[in-house]
Amino acid sequence: MEKRVTFKGIWLPLLLATPQMLITAIFFFYPAGQAVWQSLFIPDPFGLSMQWVGLGNFEFLLSDPYYRASFATTAVFSILVTLVSMGVALYLAVLADRLIKGSGTYRTLLIWPYAVAPAVAGVLWLFMFNTRVGVVTWYLGQLGYDWNHVLNEGEAMGLVVVASSWGRISYNFLFFLAGLQAIPKSVIEAAAIDGARFWTRFRTIVFPLLSPTTFFLLVVNIVYAFFETFGVIHTITSGGPQQATTILVYKVYADGFVGQDLGSSAAQSVILLVIVGILTIIQFKFIERRVHY
Amino acid sequence: MKLQTSIMAFAAVVVTVGSAAAQTEIEFWHAFTGANGDRLAGQAEAFNASQSDYVVTPSHKGNYSETLNAGIAAFRAGEQPHMLMVFEVGTATMMAAGGAIKPVYEVMADSGIDWDPNVYIGAVKGYYTTPDGEMLSMPYNSSTPVLWVNRNKFEEAGLDPDMDLSTWQKVDEALTQLKDAGVDCPLVTAWQSWVHLENFSAYHDVPFATKENGFGGTDTELAFNGEAQVAHVAKMGEWAKDGKFIYTGRRNEGGANFRAGECALFTESSAGYGGISTEAEFDFDIRPLPYWAGQGNAPQNTIIGGASLWVMAGHDPEEYKGVAEYLKFLSSPEVQAQWHQDSGYLPITAEASELTRSQGFYDSNPGTDIAVIQMTAKEPTGNSKGLRLGSFDQIRGIIDEELEGVWAGDKTAKEALDSAVERGNALLRRFEQSTR
Repeated sequence: MEKRVTFKGIWLPLLLATPQMLITAIFFFYPAGQAVWQSLFIPDPFGLSMQWVGLGNFEFLLSDPYYRASFATTAVFSILVTLVSMGVALYLAVLADRLIKGSGTYRTLLIWPYAVAPAVAGVLWLFMFNTRVGVVTWYLGQLGYDWNHVLNEGEAMGLVVVASSWGRISYNFLFFLAGLQAIPKSVIEAAAIDGARFWTRFRTIVFPLLSPTTFFLLVVNIVYAFFETFGVIHTITSGGPQQATTILVYKVYADGFVGQDLGSSAAQSVILLVIVGILTIIQFKFIERRVHY
Repeated sequence: MKLQTSIMAFAAVVVTVGSAAAQTEIEFWHAFTGANGDRLAGQAEAFNASQSDYVVTPSHKGNYSETLNAGIAAFRAGEQPHMLMVFEVGTATMMAAGGAIKPVYEVMADSGIDWDPNVYIGAVKGYYTTPDGEMLSMPYNSSTPVLWVNRNKFEEAGLDPDMDLSTWQKVDEALTQLKDAGVDCPLVTAWQSWVHLENFSAYHDVPFATKENGFGGTDTELAFNGEAQVAHVAKMGEWAKDGKFIYTGRRNEGGANFRAGECALFTESSAGYGGISTEAEFDFDIRPLPYWAGQGNAPQNTIIGGASLWVMAGHDPEEYKGVAEYLKFLSSPEVQAQWHQDSGYLPITAEASELTRSQGFYDSNPGTDIAVIQMTAKEPTGNSKGLRLGSFDQIRGIIDEELEGVWAGDKTAKEALDSAVERGNALLRRFEQSTR
């Protein structure tokens, strides 16, 4: 039997939905539409003239091997950031969940890094790994390892991944911990009585029951890695060495704000929009099927 | 800085309200913080105190790129300031924006004040002047690269700190000796593209780009993959491999290494003087930038870096008159000489340089005149007037990437420069299209 509450007529529901629709239209559809529109032109920076180029901006971008390489860089970067930030967060959440005393303190301390803005986090990590005065660089030097992310592409990627994941771990931790605490203790206790050790319980009961949280975080973290890590890249590597850490969103900034090439920048935004759209669809279509709510 | 700006804005308001006649406000957006920001504000205060018709209110808008973007965004919104500080690589962008700017020569002519464009030093003015000699923007802070020497490091390594370092050949020998004597950082640089390609090309009188480095039109193409540049970058690649040249980053990160006394030689802007003279706990020398003897017409002259002041379009004639008065004030020998001596930037007029000399500044601060001499020793050629290339900030980024390939040993100098030229040309074509 249908138990949902339904409204009669059309006007009241429409009225109630209007604020949300207006906000979406003004703050999402309008700017997105502008980006699509601008991507079809080569404008001059001051907005004095615009050249219609149709799909010329996209053609220019996609025929550039460096832009295409940036897709691979972005993929590697996003996967690493998502894995590191979610993996560490899950580990910490499982540990914090088992704590009986002082868990509040641990939780609070672990959440702190989330309050640090990405650009500031970038500067902090840069200081630690500064090739000249960095603390970590110095210790590595004592161990005989010559850290130089200014020229070494792998080290540069590692550093921006760690710096981007760091603040994110707090956010993920919060969700994982909440997810863990929502799992009924009776289920776990039943398994324990049956003789399942911690790891078995985690693999067969806890992790599957945690999957809605994990899935949500996966989507959110990939979007984060795609868009919000700009500040970290900007402060630590500026996309270098060579193009080792030039992710797509950094290139949008570089072309738009450094190069004043608004056409190319808009076209790249549109491409990013499409990629993230596709990724989210894939996630909902294929991964969500394996999620147990 | 924010607080200071607001205090100044407040002071300006008080002054405006306080005086009986309404004063015309001149907005000036700039990119300076710290000591130079204070000096810039001091100039405006001095101007405001010197007359009662105009009030110049400087506002800090972030770094160079951010200031330019703020100006562009403001223009699009119809809220542009009267004066905007734009770094030298943004020159082509501003020039192409004919409807957004009012050329300085026009501002001066319309205001009817007495103004002689010939007082400005050719090598400085040339960067901001059309091929017909019309001055488009007012040079503000200009500098040029020189060679900084840590004398103590030379002595420790058993080298004569007064040895000849005028050519890269001599520097090469010195680097080998320094390295052999166990110096970890024989050579470091700041702004690699600016020093080792842009200035290198001008100094050796070889083209950086066709059409007189872009002065002749936006259909210019990059040409810095010539023989002279390839040879220089290849040599630096060798030095990097041998640990004689230490790469520290794309901007002026190397300055920290040099000021801390770790490096023997440092190629950096003459404007590094302020920082080096306060921080260095060792004896240092300023030497002219080295050149390759026998390569091109070296030494020609080096070119400038820094920023100039652009006047934005869309204001009242009365306000432009105030702008003209202020630009004239900034160009006066006293203001310029003070600026030059305090900040380490080049004087923009020969008179200011003369005044500085007669005040004995060069004698008590040896080496501070090297940059002036280096820039003015010869009349600039088509290759050494400066650069006028669209999207140039981004092209510098490409050059940085490609040079990093050489320093890391992944690419040869020829491959890297060819690739940088090809990628940069693609951006130049887009810029050309955007200005049509």
